[in-house]
Amino acid sequence: MDILQLLVSGIANGCIYGLLALGFVLIYKASEAVNFAQGDMMMLGAFLGVTFINASYADLPFLIGITLAALLLGLFGYLLDRFVLRAIFGQPQFAMVILTIALGFLIRFVAGVIWGHDPTSLETPFVGQVWMLGELMIPVVDAVIILTTVGLTSILYFFFARTRLGVAMQASSQNQMAAYYMGIPVKRINAIVWALSGVVAAIAGVLFAAKGAVEPSVGLLFGIKAFAAAVIGGLGSLPGALLGGLLVGIVEPFAGRYLPEVGQIAPYLLMLVVLVLRPGGLFAQISQKKV
Amino acid sequence: MSLLQVKDLSISFGGVKAVDGVSFDVEPGEVFTLVGPNGAGKSTIFNLISRLYEPGGGRIIFDGEDITGRPAHDVAGLGIARTFQNIELFDHSSVLQNLLIGRHCRRDTRWFEELFFLPKVRRSEREHRRQVEEVIDFLDLAAYRDKLIAGLPYGVRKVVEIARALSSEPKLILLDEPASGLSVEETQNMAWWIEDMQKDLGLTVLMVEHDMSLVSRVSNRVLAVAEGRPLAMGTAAEVQADPKVIEAYLGTEETA
Repeated sequence: MDILQLLVSGIANGCIYGLLALGFVLIYKASEAVNFAQGDMMMLGAFLGVTFINASYADLPFLIGITLAALLLGLFGYLLDRFVLRAIFGQPQFAMVILTIALGFLIRFVAGVIWGHDPTSLETPFVGQVWMLGELMIPVVDAVIILTTVGLTSILYFFFARTRLGVAMQASSQNQMAAYYMGIPVKRINAIVWALSGVVAAIAGVLFAAKGAVEPSVGLLFGIKAFAAAVIGGLGSLPGALLGGLLVGIVEPFAGRYLPEVGQIAPYLLMLVVLVLRPGGLFAQISQKKV
Repeated sequence: MSLLQVKDLSISFGGVKAVDGVSFDVEPGEVFTLVGPNGAGKSTIFNLISRLYEPGGGRIIFDGEDITGRPAHDVAGLGIARTFQNIELFDHSSVLQNLLIGRHCRRDTRWFEELFFLPKVRRSEREHRRQVEEVIDFLDLAAYRDKLIAGLPYGVRKVVEIARALSSEPKLILLDEPASGLSVEETQNMAWWIEDMQKDLGLTVLMVEHDMSLVSRVSNRVLAVAEGRPLAMGTAAEVQADPKVIEAYLGTEETA
């Protein structure tokens, strides 16, 4: 029973890691660089959710609040690409790495000024409620997290598999030059990918704030763990990112319970093991070059 | 009227004039070839026509419309397709997926219709697939339809690139060194396909090529360029016999 209980909480956490890892992979596929501000964008999304939903602020219903937060952070991602990142289009990859690290600092600082440094929780209609499944306790918030993740990833799956825009995104991530000649406006597509990763980060953030407490530096550590999850999945694979997130989420509570000495480093240990056994990650996108 | 008019086109990279006042017209239905030594500016002319580079001067008129100010992603929709000297395919996708993305500029359904795969979308997807299958038949690619590009031999990839270009239903196709890296037999096949594109599909072909046997066989007209400037225009034989062209390739008698 204990094991099942840990599993439920692990899966719910893993869903949030997975969504954040999804954001990493989206940006990586579009720009071939890692957005180290992804965790901080999630934190920003969490605070937007708090602002729209909590009674002391706007006091809107949960669904409207999460939608508004997603739209606003999507717009933020779009503008970030349009006005900040496009300025370094064509520069070496490390330029974008440094730029996103700096953006992370900036976002944390601004969030601290606006919302303060005390941990804040999201007031949800289902706070503290549990469903009993026999002896198994399922917190409603965990169920909401899991269902939202399943819903969001199914929408994303159909978006990438079926829509013209989704296919155009896949094409420009494989070969930007060729994509231009297929009639795909590559730069606009990149901006839309940033918007999409903003939307995903906001939803992850609101779910995160519903389960725990949010303060400005929370995205840093959480983002690094989600990055580990993306690497485990094979940076570049969307299903891999979700699986990596779930694995990290599940490993954490079990390690904390049974191996408290390594509890903190368990996600990185897992990443290390995966990289030794499968250097390209679980869903490797790179193939050995034939000579 | 000419399908493509290039008027006094020029571009500089730093202090180097890569293309310097090149003009030519391509008539509908002809195979027009650019030849010249390495670094003559042939591929640069291609990149200018497909709007990857911004010209320093001159105009490009396609099908009666000035396309000099159009962005690169408009070019496919206007009816210009191209292949690349160093194959630019979507390597982690199958041949079929590559050809279907070639039809991207012809898709006109909306995203919410696509998300729910409405009957209208299903109809248009079937139509796209039919068009792509015609191209597969035309270029004899059926055996490779579901293979990933990353695993295909070089010669086949060159053909797939042409197939992807044809999938977009172009009026003009730009072929950048279609025979480079091909065996004698594959070059022979390439010549047939270029002839078929011209005769059966009624396409206009603008080509850059070094293999003079292929150039002589398929080209209606040839333009020789060197150091960014036009040298001679005419049939393949006329251009090859032109003293200025011989000088550009071999140098003058004193220096050679």
